[in-house]
Amino acid sequence: MAATLVLAGCGSQHQPGTGVTGEITVFAAASLTGSFQKLGKEFEAANPGSKVTFNFAGSSALAQQINRGAPADVFASAAPSNMKQVTDTGAITASPATFAKNTLQIVVPKGNPGKITGLADFAKADLKIALCAEQVPCGAASKKAFEAAGITAAPDTLEQDVKAALTKVSLGEVDAALVYRTDVKAAGDEVEGQDFAEASSAVNDYPIAPLAKAPNATAAQAFVDHVLSAKGREVLAEAGFAAP
Amino acid sequence: MRSRLPVVLVLPAVAGLAFLLVPLAGLLVETPWATLPSQLFSAEVGQALQLSLICASLATIVCLVLGVPLAWLLARSDLPGRGLLRALVTVPLVLPPVVGGVALLLVLGRRGLVGQYLDQWFGVSLPFTTTGVVLAEAFVAMPFLVISVEGALRAADPRYEEAAATLGASRWLTFRRVTLPGIMPGVVAGTVLCWARALGEFGATITFAGNFPGRTTTMPLAVYLALETDPDAAIVLSIVLLLVSVAVLAGLRDKWIRA
Amino acid sequence: MTLHAELRVQRDDFTLELDLAIEPGEVVALLGPNGAGKTTALRALAGLLTGGRVRVGESTWDDLPAEKRPIGVVFQDYLLFAHMSALDNVAFGLRARGTRKAEANVIALEGLRQVGLAEFARAKPRTLSGGQAQRVALARALATSPELLLLDEPLAALDATTRLRVRSELGRHLQNYPGHTLLVTHDPLDAMVLADRIVILEDGRVVQQGTPREVVRQPRTDYVAHLVGLNFYRGVASGTEVRLDGGGTLTIAEPSEGPVHVVFPPSAVSLFPAKPAGSPRNTWQAVVSGIEQHAHTTRVDLAGSPAVLADITTATVAELRLQPGDTLWVSLKATEIHTYAR
Repeated sequence: MAATLVLAGCGSQHQPGTGVTGEITVFAAASLTGSFQKLGKEFEAANPGSKVTFNFAGSSALAQQINRGAPADVFASAAPSNMKQVTDTGAITASPATFAKNTLQIVVPKGNPGKITGLADFAKADLKIALCAEQVPCGAASKKAFEAAGITAAPDTLEQDVKAALTKVSLGEVDAALVYRTDVKAAGDEVEGQDFAEASSAVNDYPIAPLAKAPNATAAQAFVDHVLSAKGREVLAEAGFAAP
Repeated sequence: MRSRLPVVLVLPAVAGLAFLLVPLAGLLVETPWATLPSQLFSAEVGQALQLSLICASLATIVCLVLGVPLAWLLARSDLPGRGLLRALVTVPLVLPPVVGGVALLLVLGRRGLVGQYLDQWFGVSLPFTTTGVVLAEAFVAMPFLVISVEGALRAADPRYEEAAATLGASRWLTFRRVTLPGIMPGVVAGTVLCWARALGEFGATITFAGNFPGRTTTMPLAVYLALETDPDAAIVLSIVLLLVSVAVLAGLRDKWIRA
Repeated sequence: MTLHAELRVQRDDFTLELDLAIEPGEVVALLGPNGAGKTTALRALAGLLTGGRVRVGESTWDDLPAEKRPIGVVFQDYLLFAHMSALDNVAFGLRARGTRKAEANVIALEGLRQVGLAEFARAKPRTLSGGQAQRVALARALATSPELLLLDEPLAALDATTRLRVRSELGRHLQNYPGHTLLVTHDPLDAMVLADRIVILEDGRVVQQGTPREVVRQPRTDYVAHLVGLNFYRGVASGTEVRLDGGGTLTIAEPSEGPVHVVFPPSAVSLFPAKPAGSPRNTWQAVVSGIEQHAHTTRVDLAGSPAVLADITTATVAELRLQPGDTLWVSLKATEIHTYAR
């Protein structure tokens, strides 16, 4: 609590006298839940009279909601492709800025019962392997990593999102999965993360932009600036994101 | 004009019908009809549809084999704590399906209470298999069957069973030849509900059985994943699922209810 | 061989205690008001309730459930299986007892022929009339040649005209049936016409039994007297005078001594506006409390000492201009009164 207050104090120093007020709604990828809530509190503290409301969900669902006219001010996506869906329709006209990068990690159950040592183990048929489905960002990134490593993975299941893949790992149903570093960090002690070399070829960029028809355009831009600020990067780094 | 319908019933009835049908109409309006045939006959859709129909039907058979006797026990026996049992049977209805899937993993998963022995002793692993899909669907759909069959049993006149007994019929024969035919409409209704629920099952299936094309990817899973990248494809898949299920249910209804 | 049954059923505050003996070929009617325990007795005999000890010669059925007892039951609303044809209904008991389908069908068809319904073999129960359904139910109960045939109000579900015809048909079938028959009914006419012997049950206990003739002539309870339509009193006789328990005295023709039942038909009673003259008559004053029109007579309910029912002609009603509350003179010949020991 004390840390938050101190951070909030710092934040206000970096954004002197914006004087932003009013309410804004931020649509953010589910993987940003923890760090964005923190950033939102900082923003509110730095700008008395402002209020930040979040809608956390899968990036593609958010993109569709925005394209259907959902009243959002800011969109923070977990993948450039979902951001593109929104810029394509003109719902966002500003050019999106990359505010964080996420890299993949191998995640194994506590104690590593499958004795996984690297990406090559994902090709073993006798091991139970979970990957994200290619349709979701972490699945697309995994595909790139396997291509870079020249490995044909033998997954037993293609999960609909990172959390589902992580659940399979923490319950010990699979020997390994490929998920984001931030998710491994958030999952706690039940699982262990392993870095691997090919992760660098599948780095996921997180773009952010205010909406063209943002009900509160000034505050929207101020929030985007806050995320992109050094203080914002600090909070994101704590969650395991890499700087852009 | 003796049979004029009362407005207090007709208005909510029409509103209710609209509430159910308008979202479907929305789906139909948005359907990219031009790409429908190509989607319809693509290998993935065919595979998912086939898997869906097979799994839902197998799950329904499992539910019938286990659920009808369970309904009979709840309706006819005087075993203690029957009220509590009846309430417990409906738990899968209230449980979010994803939680149901996790519960199945905790019991039948590789490290589950029962699953670890299945794995150690028989080398049987249920998650990520088609069998797992059938189990997940059966778990979620069984209450629909049990409730409707039990209702039919409780409404049925038990004196017919007594009549059969006085004619020398054992309880099993009585059940097969007298009770079951007597409650057939209830069994059919329960079967239809059960099958429909199994066909649309998503949460428990993807949690327990995972998602792998040709093995565990049923239509609802395919729809969900398609929604991630290609909403039009998702709509097409939904329409396919909708049309097939309506066709099957309408066919069944005609065959059974009129018989 | 004679069938002996000891029925003991205890349920809440009701106790059934009934001993029955039925000869082969005999039809015993169990007659009684609603709630007397007739159906309970039938269910105990059938093995649908525990508490029915039954012995036929050397064999006992005490611990046998319904499906093991050699019985046939015709239920009040027949309980024909709706999804089966008439033939399948009749063949059901045979099939359940292991007879092959073809053979069971032959026997069942013969059974339907005997009740005159061979051409309805393929008919579903819902397409049959009430009388036809009753006959199918009878054929079904008899198809397995049971030792004991139980009939639970077999005519109650029929309308009056059908009942008349079906009753006589049923009588014919029961006569030809060699086993033991128990007929449960609340209709005295059913019992009189169909039974060789009547057992009257009130409140779980036998209050009277005998041939229909005995029961009609000498009722022993108000219920039975009411059923057979007689004025009925208890009293103590001393010579040709009977002092009635409920008040009043009657003069009788044949001298008697001690506690007796006294009966006479309502048609023996005459009503007059003033005290009639003439000697060997019982006369007393009574007040009209009810008037009920029957087919050819009018039944008048009179309060007095004793209270009495009188059947008079419509002409007399008109002549007397009867109204409830009227005071009249009741007259009864001593020779019309029948007494028998209690």
